[in-house]
Amino acid sequence: METIVFYVFAALSVAGALLVITHRNPVSSALSLVLTLFSTAVLFVLLLAHFVAAIQILVYAGAIMVLFLFTVMFLNLSPEALKFDSKNMAFKGSLLLAVLVFVGYFASLGFRRVFSEKDLSSSVSEGFGTVEGVGKVLFTDYLLPFELTSVLIVAAIIGVVAIAKRRES
Amino acid sequence: MGVSIEHYFVLSAILFVIGVYGVMARKNLIIVLMSLELMLNAANLAFVAFSRVHDDMTGQVFMIMSITVAAAEVAVGLALVVAVYSHRESLNIDILKILKG
Repeated sequence: METIVFYVFAALSVAGALLVITHRNPVSSALSLVLTLFSTAVLFVLLLAHFVAAIQILVYAGAIMVLFLFTVMFLNLSPEALKFDSKNMAFKGSLLLAVLVFVGYFASLGFRRVFSEKDLSSSVSEGFGTVEGVGKVLFTDYLLPFELTSVLIVAAIIGVVAIAKRRES
Repeated sequence: MGVSIEHYFVLSAILFVIGVYGVMARKNLIIVLMSLELMLNAANLAFVAFSRVHDDMTGQVFMIMSITVAAAEVAVGLALVVAVYSHRESLNIDILKILKG
């Protein structure tokens, strides 16, 4: 059962990712990206990370995708404005595939050495992946990084306002 | 015979490489940003898989940090896209050559 769910949603996420990079229309790409993010959220549930899966749906598939779609529709792109994509995509793709096979071979050798005894059938501790468990780790061991992310968000907001404001004048 | 941890790593690697390919081959600024999101998402999947194997929720905490960074990056990136488009009426990534000193 778990194996079937994994393979179905892994295939869906790869298909969504391929659609993202092949579509010419940015709206279709954004909707395919939602498919990938949703399938990844299902895989997070399989990994017993329920809180993170909810965050993935709410923040990624909700907020960030709305931002993408809003920008695409705000720009009001004409079909002629999108006819500039590069010609030698197949060459670059085959080059990348060669690099992937080369690196993947050595990476798989390394993983086999690291994970020879650990596997997904091992049990997890109480409260793994729940809101309480993740919150406990987030607000004790990683309190300072958590506070620093708020600084990052404020910096991003100020930067966006500065970029948008300079455009007006 | 269930799903092993290597399955998740292979899937993460595949998604990451698709994202790299999108960044390298596409010339549409918005789709390049979406490919960046794909790469971050692949890294998140690896984080959560590591977290499950080691029975340690640190990986999930870092995934939350990574989502925060992704949200900030997309906000700034899309603001730049809007600024560039209103300046040059194009989304071709080659127009970023005007940023050369």
